[in-house]
Amino acid sequence: MTSKLLRYIFILPVIIYTVFLIALPLIYIFVISFFQSDFYGGMIETFTLENYARIFDSVYIGIFIKSLVIAGITTIICILISYPFVLAVSHKNKRFQTILMMLVMIPFLTNSLIRMYGWTVLLRESGIINQILMSLNIISEPLSLMYNNLGIIIGMVYTLIPFMILPLYSSVSTIDKSLLEAASDLGASKWQKFKNIILPQTFPGLFNGALMVFTPALGYFFIVDVLGGGKIMILGNLIKNQFLTARNWPFGAAIAVSLVLITILVIVIYRKLGGKMDKLGDM
Amino acid sequence: MKTNKVLDNLIIFIVFFFLFLPICVLILFSFNTSSLNITFEGFTLYWYQHLLENTALLEALKNTLLIAVISTVVSTIVGTISAYALKKYDFPFKNVINELLYIPVVIPEIVLGISLLCIYTFMHLELGMFTLILAHISFSIPFVIISVRSVLDSLDPNIEKAASDLGASKLKTFFYIVIPLLLPGILSGAQLAFTLSLDDVVISYFTAGPGSNTLPLYVYSVIKTGVTPDVNALITIMLLVIFIVLTIATIISLRKFKKEVRG
Repeated sequence: MTSKLLRYIFILPVIIYTVFLIALPLIYIFVISFFQSDFYGGMIETFTLENYARIFDSVYIGIFIKSLVIAGITTIICILISYPFVLAVSHKNKRFQTILMMLVMIPFLTNSLIRMYGWTVLLRESGIINQILMSLNIISEPLSLMYNNLGIIIGMVYTLIPFMILPLYSSVSTIDKSLLEAASDLGASKWQKFKNIILPQTFPGLFNGALMVFTPALGYFFIVDVLGGGKIMILGNLIKNQFLTARNWPFGAAIAVSLVLITILVIVIYRKLGGKMDKLGDM
Repeated sequence: MKTNKVLDNLIIFIVFFFLFLPICVLILFSFNTSSLNITFEGFTLYWYQHLLENTALLEALKNTLLIAVISTVVSTIVGTISAYALKKYDFPFKNVINELLYIPVVIPEIVLGISLLCIYTFMHLELGMFTLILAHISFSIPFVIISVRSVLDSLDPNIEKAASDLGASKLKTFFYIVIPLLLPGILSGAQLAFTLSLDDVVISYFTAGPGSNTLPLYVYSVIKTGVTPDVNALITIMLLVIFIVLTIATIISLRKFKKEVRG
């Protein structure tokens, strides 16, 4: 086989893939976001900015803000849980660490929707948590743990936390232990060690995790559907409804393009802070 | 260094309790005599037997596994070839392609889902198993590329030169020298592709059609009316299989680790 032919065989798959399965679909979405919709779920191919203007309607602005707040709170809670956990794991011996990190992954090998269904069994009014609390006489009325913002946040944190734990763990494990020992010897407090050694050294992992938690949280409509009870909407639900229920593809596409713009903004910040793109998909 | 062991163990315990709670509940209720998933009334293995009669659920399981296997194989092959091509060859718009590859990694899945739905409709492709598999391949490839690339970057380029100096053809070098050296990256990429495929809800939701129900889509369709415990039974079996496979993998990696420490 000539090396020229071989070259084409190697290069072609990645070109075909990026052009037809990444670039064209996204360009297509961008194009139809400027189309007009007719009343029958079809599209009229005339240029309009109406879909983007509609986003500034207070109803939709509200959904944008709500989505960003939920994603933000989810990210913060994931950070607050992951840091102490990862540090506690890093104090164990190497063998035990390997086993613990394997155990972290096990729940995530079942489908995420099925795990959400597990949470409904726990959280609903007649669910296990309420049953236990009531039988212990801690509460007399069942608590509303789902079909509200609390349920959504629990679901989001649960689904996305491995994306925070994994990068944080790998950056914590690169910290030179002797640095921490030296700091202790010199009389540094726990907080000083965390602030001056651990935090700066784990920034890359922290940003990586924050990005991998924040942006998916804007789109996970099924968590909101299952644990939010159908009244609450985030951007993911809005896009889903426009494409499958209301059948207004141009407006749905305009919201999707806005979601892409938010993602790009987050990535620009990530890169400005020195984040590497390859680290994001390296799990 | 002085560390607070009790506090460490408490933190680890609480996080694992949180992580495993919903899973344990699902497993527990697979043995429940009541079909309502509300209170535990008594122990039974009935649902494991009932599972075999639930053809819709078994069909969903078959589709899920079929999609996962095919998309893993295809995305691993394409991803490996692509990672190699991006490293070794120069071609027009290579930088653009390199950037485009990160899109499926960072963009919210829903955007990928609807954009694939739109392009399928545009090309008059009927939604079904084929479109689902294509969608799964397309979100897995970048992860395989990144995984293979991390090994490829640490590879000594002289090894390939030596092979060609000794008269091996390019193709021979690729199959007999490069592939074996890249194997750790290829395998971890494949594992990631398989996991992502099993876990996906969002993209499948938009790219599935009639006759291509998968496990998450099946659960989604019955979650409002009530999920029967045969679903729990199926999940319990799947978890058991996963646990066994992972345990073996961990034992192997621990052995390797021991050898490295000794050697």
